[in-house]
Amino acid sequence: MSNKEAKHIISALVTNKSGVLTRISGLFARRGYNIDSLSVCSTHNPDRSRMTIVAVGDDDDINQIVRQLDKLVDCHKIMVFDAAESVKRELLLIKVNVPSEKRPEIESTANMMKVKIIDVAESSVICEMTGESNKVDKFIEIMRPYGILELARTGVTALSRGRDCIDDLTDYNEEIGK
Amino acid sequence: MKLKGSQIIVKCIEEQNIDTVFGYPGGYIIDVFDALYEERNNITQILTCHEQGASHAADGWARATGKTGVVIATSGPGATNLVTGIATANMDSVPLVAITGNVSTTLLGRDSFQEVDITGVTMPITKHNFMVKNIEELADTMREAFYIAASGRPGAVLVDIPKDVQQAVTEYEPKKPREIKPYFVENKYVEQAVELINKAERPTIYIGGGCTVSDAGKELVALSEKIGAPVTSSLMGLGCFPASHPNFIGLIGMHGKANVVKTLKKADLVLAIGCRFSDRVAGDRKNFCSQAKIVHIDIDLAELNKNVKVNVSLLADAKSAVEAMLPRISKAKNDAWITECRKRASEDYLLGSDGKLCPRKLISAVNKLGDPEKIVVTDVGQHQMWVAQTYCFEKPRKLLTSGGLGTMGYGMGAAIGASLATDKQTVLLTGDGCFHMNFNEIVTAAKLGRDITVIVFDNHTLGMVRQWQTLFYNKHYSSTDINYPTDFVKLAEALGGTGFRLERNEDIENVIGKAFATKGVKVIDAVIDKDEFVLPMIPAGRGFDSIVTVKPELK
Repeated sequence: MSNKEAKHIISALVTNKSGVLTRISGLFARRGYNIDSLSVCSTHNPDRSRMTIVAVGDDDDINQIVRQLDKLVDCHKIMVFDAAESVKRELLLIKVNVPSEKRPEIESTANMMKVKIIDVAESSVICEMTGESNKVDKFIEIMRPYGILELARTGVTALSRGRDCIDDLTDYNEEIGK
Repeated sequence: MKLKGSQIIVKCIEEQNIDTVFGYPGGYIIDVFDALYEERNNITQILTCHEQGASHAADGWARATGKTGVVIATSGPGATNLVTGIATANMDSVPLVAITGNVSTTLLGRDSFQEVDITGVTMPITKHNFMVKNIEELADTMREAFYIAASGRPGAVLVDIPKDVQQAVTEYEPKKPREIKPYFVENKYVEQAVELINKAERPTIYIGGGCTVSDAGKELVALSEKIGAPVTSSLMGLGCFPASHPNFIGLIGMHGKANVVKTLKKADLVLAIGCRFSDRVAGDRKNFCSQAKIVHIDIDLAELNKNVKVNVSLLADAKSAVEAMLPRISKAKNDAWITECRKRASEDYLLGSDGKLCPRKLISAVNKLGDPEKIVVTDVGQHQMWVAQTYCFEKPRKLLTSGGLGTMGYGMGAAIGASLATDKQTVLLTGDGCFHMNFNEIVTAAKLGRDITVIVFDNHTLGMVRQWQTLFYNKHYSSTDINYPTDFVKLAEALGGTGFRLERNEDIENVIGKAFATKGVKVIDAVIDKDEFVLPMIPAGRGFDSIVTVKPELK
């Protein structure tokens, strides 16, 4: 960790109910935190959702973000992932303008990058890829010359490596009784 | 037993041993008021003139007692009128539960009559809020709301309850309130803090509102005496440490005393307890006491290292932390430092006034006369700072003031709440600007026959803004010369109180004496000069060296 601005991945287990996303995004907006992406998903526990937030800042900024998040009653457990000790993935769907004569070219690029082509139309294809964000960025750049019609990406979702789980952490809400 | 939602709400308030609620009825909260009517022998309901007044009254009630204040309002405008009061309480960590009605669940989201998304509105100004759409969750949500409001760092919680939920019926079982425990965990930071304190030669203690919440007064006195450290306090901490104690050196911050600045500049350790280095205290936060080591104790993890970077931070409530550290802290080797600080404090002085009526003399007289246990409430501005600098608060919960939000108009409601909570003499010191915001509540106080003396520092201007305009805005007195034609004496009489006028220093004791001896609500129109200043002053965002101690030439 350092005092230089960098991307950090914050993972949080939050109450699975409506309004929680508003509380969290509202917190980021009002305190002026810089976030790159935020993704929410359900988990194996029906009472909990998982949010994966990519935030930009130095150590102090991230520390403050984590602590402010932690104060939210609906935010139960929270963890900042170490880059080397976590796996990160993003899903990309990209619709590219491809005349039929260029389709083999796209297919071979897609094969090389382990990208699936999941929809083919007369003059377009939709590719699906998962990978780390930089790999997704790279694939988008490769597709750009063909003409990107539209794209959707999920933002980063991540887990820590090894046996450790976010569930093992203590819940400050319970502990301090906030 | 089977009860209606509205009855469960009231039962849950009773579970908390709360006997007074403040509020204002309306279409979507009638059911709750109906349930309060049934329980009128157990819970007193106080009707104010305006929901804002009710919210400040509940806040004043909470600050004076340490218990959780309750305010009840209807949906839409009733709920939005609470907003300032909720934000005021939350900023000052005051436990407050606001209960609002809303349109029935079937009408929600359709822009129905008097519908407002009040949980959305209050999300950033509450510790947490709830909308209860299911009767089965009502009782536990109410209990959770009270627990959240009072535990950890206290704050405001809002519970929004649609009308059909208030009318629905379900099984209710009374429950005891969840216990709120002090928080302290032995860890390496405690050792580190103790080590820094034991090494320090010139330690200085800075206390804040967290010391009041955890009632750390006795422990702070013991700590200060043991390590020979002078004690300075933020606005919110005044009274936690007795002002008459020789180690107390006065207010810290923008309008803090000059001797405090000198002491902080010389200190080699600042021990910050139950406080948050707000911008009004720290000024230039990046360079606050950069020559000293800083130990910070607070119950709110997010406050540690937020505004000022410290050497050791400790997550704990003030009382438990000081209690745990005391036996491990060694006595000061000599009394050179504390003697030096005491001397500086005793030689320090605050500027008087050239006007016919000196605000400080007036405050000192209030301090001296009447019940020594009286509650002092202020509004916001110059008079607030004069009170903070001048009045000697010996006990916590005797000064009620809007510190964090700086809410003009806070005082009248808060005074009513405090008076009801303590049944003690209550004095509201206010300005003519602030008082005009919410003086309607004189009616509430008069109707209830409360012993409240309102002293209006009447300078026909918004004094604090004028002071800034004088100092930093080329004397452009834009919108500050309010010059309302209000006759406060007649106003008091019209609204059911008694009015007095005070214009000269010679009459201070006489007029205050008469007012204090009069029953009910008294309003003293204290006419002061437009160009009184609050000094010393450290301009916003600046360091100690920018302190202004002399009034500039005004002509």
